Formats: sequence, structure tokens, C-alpha cells
Amino acid sequence: MKPPVFDYAAPVSLAEATDLLVRHEGDAKVLSGGQSLVPLLNMRLARPAILVDLARIPDLDWVRADDETVAIGAMTRQRTVELSREVQARHPLLHAGLQLIAHPQNRNQGTVGGSLAHADPAAELPALALALDATFDAVGPGGARSVAAADFFLTYLTTALAPTEILTAVRFPTLARRTGWSIIEVARRHGDFALAGVVASVGLATDGAIDRARLVLFGVGATPVRAAAAEGLLVGQRAEAAVFARAGARAAGDLEEPLTDVHASADYRRDLARVLVGRALAEAAARARAA
Amino acid sequence: MTVNGERHEADVEPRTTLVDFLRGTLGLTGTHVGCEHGVCGACTVLWNGKAVRSCIMLAVQADGAELKTVEGLADGPTLHPIQRAFLEKHGLQCGFCTPGFMISVYELLSRTSTPTDEEITDTLGGHICRCTGYQSIVEAVHVAVEKMRTK
Repeated sequence: MKPPVFDYAAPVSLAEATDLLVRHEGDAKVLSGGQSLVPLLNMRLARPAILVDLARIPDLDWVRADDETVAIGAMTRQRTVELSREVQARHPLLHAGLQLIAHPQNRNQGTVGGSLAHADPAAELPALALALDATFDAVGPGGARSVAAADFFLTYLTTALAPTEILTAVRFPTLARRTGWSIIEVARRHGDFALAGVVASVGLATDGAIDRARLVLFGVGATPVRAAAAEGLLVGQRAEAAVFARAGARAAGDLEEPLTDVHASADYRRDLARVLVGRALAEAAARARAA
Repeated sequence: MTVNGERHEADVEPRTTLVDFLRGTLGLTGTHVGCEHGVCGACTVLWNGKAVRSCIMLAVQADGAELKTVEGLADGPTLHPIQRAFLEKHGLQCGFCTPGFMISVYELLSRTSTPTDEEITDTLGGHICRCTGYQSIVEAVHVAVEKMRTK
């Protein structure tokens, strides 16, 4: 339970950092808060030749919020965003999601960018990014580029970032008016990774019918999973329990084989997803009515 | 880095975790090593005023930081109000998890002098205790709040 030997570099600019990643391509890991990486090192599940620590690079720790977007520098601590009054006021869904990440003691150190680049399929931030159509900003040896959330998460712990690229910021659009939201998950203990979880948003037309819906499930696949067919079943329907139940059944039925591990079987995760989608939609619709 | 107000300088192997540095190099064995993957909370220390897991933080990540460990709570022979509250309310039995609990409570009470029950639960939720059943720890936090208010 101690890390293997590795080299360590603490570059002071993004250019220096990407140079290091190019020089050690495939053997380097980027260190951000370390809340996922250091446990993996302790358990020797990761054996990089060198860690490239982003802590000394300026301008990666900031939060900017306006009516349309909450933009966050990649090295911003999760707890900083959670406690931001601006974020609480403008993006209650993002605020609620952050509170579900592990424990305050982890969020004090863990970063928003680190969690997203790590891309654990049971983690909250990747699911929120997909549900909100977030945009990722990255810098590599070829310059800067942006990637849409729909193209970012490729498979387990794997993103569209090249090994030589560094995530610098993420931009989360805020929710439209008359839109309600929900993020719920079931974990063995509070703070554990979710066995299954759901991010839902529901927009209501003036006649009370659902005019837009977004459903993203997490903990049930190799990436966060958008339940597009279930979303399609909701639009134009009344916001009521039978409709939500049908969407839950469809979302669960459409899942490719969810993970079976010591914590839960694939069948259990699928059934959990079905139930949680129904609950999340009911909560989101109630918030939309109150909005 | 500065630990409990005292400056320390050392060369460390990059793979040294902060908790191993504190215990092995500085001899501050009050901070305990439990699960070593950031779940149990026994290793919690204050890093620039924030409670963090020192078992999943590398010592090099604390370069230049200001740290406080359980050894830094008491003022000489006078226990900190949080320590007295744990003692009075039997907020510990074997004591293995206690240093971590007290550091997290310290962070909470330095942020607010009137924590809500929800904030207390959220703070303590980041720690595992296998003896007390937690209720006496919750009571100790309430008593610590009182003591620090009347101090």
C-alpha cells in the first residue's frame, strides 16, 4: 500500500508541462489534486514513470459564473466550487452534484478538472458534464482546442484527451428557465462511488407538458450514459408518474451490460437505474413547476 | 513547509505520502495511517486551513504549505476545547480515528461557530470509527461548539 518509485516534475507553465508529457509520452501521468491518482499509486494499480504536477501552473484555479455559463479552471478544488455563492445561485444542479462527491475532506483537495480527466464512469462530474453539454478546453503541443462533452468520454477512465494534452477548463451551461433538475444516486455508504445514479433535467411548456428532457445515468456503463430513447418518450407527454416509469423502464432496458462487481450485480444496477430515473424525473418535474 | 507553526525543510522521495513524511521524518505520530486510500479519515490533517487526507497526498504536494496536525491543537498542557469535549462526551474509545475526527471538527468550527446538524453530519461522514457508534462524537461536537462560544 505504498506507491511505486516514480519521478516528479512541477512545471510552472502549460508549455513546460506539455513538453514534459511529450518527452515521456505514455509513461507520464498528470497530477492534479491526486484524490483518484494517489490511491491508484498506493494500490500500485498505476505505475507511471513520472508525475507532472500542475499545482505551480498559474491561472488554472478560478470560477466565473454568469447567467449562461459556469466556467471553472481545471485545478479549482471541488470544495471551492461547492462553496461558491455564485455557483449556488446560478447553478443549483452543479452545486448539488458536487456535494455528492466523496467527502468534504476529499473535495478540499480534489479538483474539478482532475475528476473529469480521470473519467470514472461512476463519478458525478462526468455525468453532470454530459447532461449539461459542457465544453472542455485543453492545451497540447499543437495548441489549444475545445471538446464537447458528448465527444469527451470514450470508455473506462479514458477521454478524448491525448496523453500529451492537459485539460485547462470546463464550461457548464446553466439550465434554461422553467427547467427542473435532479441528481440522485445510491451508494453502499454515503460518499462511496455510486452503484447507480441519474442526472435529469425536465423543461415544462406553459400547458404543463414536457417540452425537453435530459437523462444521463452513471455507474452503469463504461462512461456516463445518455438515455436518448427515454428522453424521446418524455417529450410532449404530461409530467406524471406513469410517464416517468415508462422512461425509467426504457432507460434501464437500453443499457448495455452494466458492471457486475463485488458491490452489485448487473441486474441489480439495471433495476436501480430504472427506479432512480423515475424518482429523478419526478423531482425534476416538481422543481420545474416551482421554477 | 510549516507544521504546527514550526518550519521544516527536507528532501523527500516523490513517492512519500504526506502522512508517512509527518510520522516517519518529522516524528509526528499523532496522525494515523488507516485505509491508505482516502476513505477512513484517520490521516486527516489541516492543509492551508482545510482538512485533507494525508494518505492520498504526496509530501511534495505540501511543499510550502501550512499544516496543522493533532499535535498542534493543545496549547502546551492545556487541551483544546475540541479535545476536552471529546474527553467529556466519550467521543472516543480506542482513539485510533480520533486525531482525524478532531482535525475535521477543527476545520468546521473555524469556518462557522454555529454549525447546523447537517454540516456536522457531513463533516463526520468523512471519517470511520469502529468503536463509538458516532452518537457520542456528534455530542462532543455540540459540546465543543458551546466551549468555543463561551471561551
